[in-house]
Amino acid sequence: MIPTAWYLLLAAILFSIGAGGVMLRRNTLVILMCVELMMNAVNLTFVAFSHELGSMTGQVFVFMIMTVAAVEAAVGLAILVELYRQTQSVNIDDFDSLKG
Amino acid sequence: MEAILFFIFGGLAVIGALAMVFNKNAVHSALFLLLTMSMIAALYVLLNAQFIAVAQVLVYAGAIVVLILFVVMLLGAELGEKIPQWLTVRNGVMVLLALIFLTISGTAVYDWLYSTQPVAGTVTDELIAQQGSAELVGQSLFTQYLLPFELASILLLVGIVGVVMLGGWRFVQHRERGK
Repeated sequence: MIPTAWYLLLAAILFSIGAGGVMLRRNTLVILMCVELMMNAVNLTFVAFSHELGSMTGQVFVFMIMTVAAVEAAVGLAILVELYRQTQSVNIDDFDSLKG
Repeated sequence: MEAILFFIFGGLAVIGALAMVFNKNAVHSALFLLLTMSMIAALYVLLNAQFIAVAQVLVYAGAIVVLILFVVMLLGAELGEKIPQWLTVRNGVMVLLALIFLTISGTAVYDWLYSTQPVAGTVTDELIAQQGSAELVGQSLFTQYLLPFELASILLLVGIVGVVMLGGWRFVQHRERGK
């Protein structure tokens, strides 16, 4: 029987790696991947608590988060393709057309 | 035995995540993301959440990573940024921020360990073995959480419409005008 705290720590590590990746990288595709990783870490926390507390609510939440993640990935990548058509680049420093 | 499996899967997940961040090629990053997500699915099996594990493989590994890989290869954006070197002051500050965040969340876990333990719920491992993980998730999804479930379908519809508007609508209009 593995303590729930180990899962929580693993999720915290994965979330921190994802957050660090969002800040470190300039390639927008890799940034989107890091966001997905952060969502996965949160999902792991939800399922760990669902197991710990003996409730299904956490798993239903994970189901909803997966829906949101799928929509987010699709819309984000569509925006990225459109931006690439405009600027011929995926570097996030080139996307500054909203700057005043 | 279970602890050994946890360390194998968890270690591979962390290694995959680190390799994803510190890889210059976006295709390799996506493949390492696939590794991490598969390992998280294995951890869900260890946590006795088989339905979520299968959904994880289907949605994340099967759909999202493939979508990302398609876009990377479509745009030819494997090397979207030039990385002269990793060791700069700016990157150091970012890593420091991530470590501070890790410390804060680790403290939260530590606090939770020594707080009062809540009362355990009704869903035990025996019940999951008896009824099945998918049945139990479906039961709460279609009774207690029916409204969020229906709203999720509306969200998916909005996503589809948004992607069509962003991606292909211009070509449809162009073709209509051509006729």
